[in-house]
Amino acid sequence: MFLPLILVAVVTVGALVYVARPLFGNVKSPPAAHADDLAARRLELVEERDRALAALKELEFDHRTGKVSDVDYRELIGPLRTRAVETLRLLEPAGQRVRSARSSRRQRRPKAKVRS
Amino acid sequence: VALFGHLVLVLVLGLLVYATLAGSYAALRGRRRLLESAGNALVAAFVGTALAAGTLVLAFVHNDFSLSYVASHSSRELPLGYTLAALWSGQEGSLLLWLLVLTGASTAALLMNRRLIGDVLPWTVPILAGIAAYFAFIPNVVASPFATQTAPPNGLGMNASLQNPYMMIHPPLLYLGYVGLTIPFAFAMAALVSRRVDERWVVASRRWTLFSWTLLGVAILIGAKWAYESIGWGGYYAWDPVENAALMPWLAATAFLHSVMVQEKKNMLRVWNVVLIALTFSLTLFGTFLTRSGVVNSIHSFSQSSIGGWFLSFIVVIAVGSTVLILARLSILRTPIRFESLASREAAFLYNNLLLVAFALTMLWGVAFPLVSEAVRGVPVTVGPPYYNFFLRVFGLPLLLLMGIGPLLAWRRASLRSFARAVAWPLLFALLVGAMLLRAGAGSSPPGLVAYTFSAFVIAAVTLEFWRGTRARKELGDGTWVGAFTSLVARNRRRYGGYISHAAVVLLAIGVVGSSVYNTGRTAHLQPGQATSIGGYSATYLGTTLIRSPSHDALRGQFALSYRGKPVGIVAAGKNHYKVEQFFANAVGIHTDWLRAEDVMLIADQFDKDGSVFLKVAVNPLVDLIWFAGVVFLLGSIVAMWPDAREQRQLARRSLEIEARPVSV
Repeated sequence: MFLPLILVAVVTVGALVYVARPLFGNVKSPPAAHADDLAARRLELVEERDRALAALKELEFDHRTGKVSDVDYRELIGPLRTRAVETLRLLEPAGQRVRSARSSRRQRRPKAKVRS
Repeated sequence: VALFGHLVLVLVLGLLVYATLAGSYAALRGRRRLLESAGNALVAAFVGTALAAGTLVLAFVHNDFSLSYVASHSSRELPLGYTLAALWSGQEGSLLLWLLVLTGASTAALLMNRRLIGDVLPWTVPILAGIAAYFAFIPNVVASPFATQTAPPNGLGMNASLQNPYMMIHPPLLYLGYVGLTIPFAFAMAALVSRRVDERWVVASRRWTLFSWTLLGVAILIGAKWAYESIGWGGYYAWDPVENAALMPWLAATAFLHSVMVQEKKNMLRVWNVVLIALTFSLTLFGTFLTRSGVVNSIHSFSQSSIGGWFLSFIVVIAVGSTVLILARLSILRTPIRFESLASREAAFLYNNLLLVAFALTMLWGVAFPLVSEAVRGVPVTVGPPYYNFFLRVFGLPLLLLMGIGPLLAWRRASLRSFARAVAWPLLFALLVGAMLLRAGAGSSPPGLVAYTFSAFVIAAVTLEFWRGTRARKELGDGTWVGAFTSLVARNRRRYGGYISHAAVVLLAIGVVGSSVYNTGRTAHLQPGQATSIGGYSATYLGTTLIRSPSHDALRGQFALSYRGKPVGIVAAGKNHYKVEQFFANAVGIHTDWLRAEDVMLIADQFDKDGSVFLKVAVNPLVDLIWFAGVVFLLGSIVAMWPDAREQRQLARRSLEIEARPVSV
């Protein structure tokens, strides 16, 4: 009669110690953060960039296997590249983004002169 | 033993209630240490449940008939293997096994996704604990496996139809599949509560769904094999409500595994995917309700019980709770991305989803209608195989065709010209096969002929995909053909693992159609020395033998089988008399021709005193492809499930990018 009670007491104490341990130990990592709008937006962009790059790879492979015709490939590759570049640009740090925007404007200017 | 088991179960319930409450508070307030404590309580609950289950198994092994559950499901004569498996042969033990698997899967999910749960989805802990608390409440309050009585000298024995080797593996696998689907549900709901609907919960849910879906699929096939070999009615799937209860969540999970790819590739169908996850989990609960409540007439309903009301209430709570949560988060789930074309890979996935879900819901209606009819009109109505067979054709044939078309379509859009070019060879092959089969007489069943033609199309499409992919990889410098093939599969395991699973479904379709549409059978009354013939086979009745064992007497008729005049062997078919249970069960005799994947099944229905036997002989063409399909299915799933180092690296890189510059956008 007593043996089961003793065994249950041992199991209960063991469980309580195990459950309570994190409450008295050192915090191994910072507290769980709440969703941060900016971090979430950044993650969204990172995922979008990865999706765009993966889509480009997939399109290349489908074109190579003959699943996508040359005409379809030419039509699809442009928007995909634009999307990939756009997300990459949005993910650049703000200062770098301004510099790269200026540099791309500078690169475009001489061409415009040639055309005119 | 009873006291220990009972008190440990009380402790488990207490731990799970604590994990639910503390975990909710921790998730709400962002308290990491409290969340870890709640997680530990969930792990401790698993250990406690394992102790309780181990105690019950020990009671079975020691024939402790003072436990009512042991006395009702075992006997001193029961072989050890079945004695161990008796744990899940009845209501109370099954629910205990359910709790064990659920807490075990929750523990595994916590350990494998520690960082995701701690940093992003803390609500996973209280959701898992809450569900487990419900399953711990049932054996504590409603159906205790540790209820005691005055010990009788012997137990009542085990249900004879459960005394089969498949019974030792089918229920645990089925439970692993069912219960595993709780984990993706918990991730999805945690993501919604936390408003973290990015890709992280999707990846974790997809992996768990794939794992559970594989086990559920294999369990369904093993259950079919069990029915085929032990029940002795000549079939393997009878559209029994409890069989359907396992198939419905499998279909919904199949839909999710396809549509989740659209979300990962194109960030579309986000609302649809959480709906599918919630539907799948609700269907697993509904399946448990059907199996355990005994509300429907089924060969699987081994007991009538009072837990139906509890289950129904829980299903309502889950269905309403998840619907409200999804509606509340619609604004963050919706994306402005639309389908670019109706002829694209993603559109094919959508069609496949609609067909799969429509089929699952049609089955749900077929299963629920008798219950609704009885509740409303007081008249029980049976929905039989013709209903399900009709809808199997309506939804199954287009699904089969889509399995071939989908892989040939490119993402985003396919022009008519490139589509026509992609399908040309598979179409030609399929039409050729169809014409040959028509010539061979397969036209006797138009749906069967269509199914075979579509199957040929899928096989050709899958082969072409492997061929084109391997050739492309070789051109890209992957060395030999073998190297190129290995590289192709390794670079996209999910896609090519999926194609292998498609091949398994085709094998299944060929086996099901062959054995159900083109099968033949006859019954004969034979005296020793007489023979009966069917489909080129001849069975000559030689006489009977009787083998006695402690648990049962085995009476067997011996039949000499020959095919087109050539002897192929002696097949024994008869009956087992289970002494303790006082039950007669068929022991079917099966001869398998592996080359033709065909079975000859002998069922000795009745032995008369004059030595004669009433024998049923059935020839089931291609039936063995069904079991072979199970092996191929498992192979495809393993390929798809194999850990993808690149995906892991990508997820880790994303985390680093967010941590490094969290507010730079």
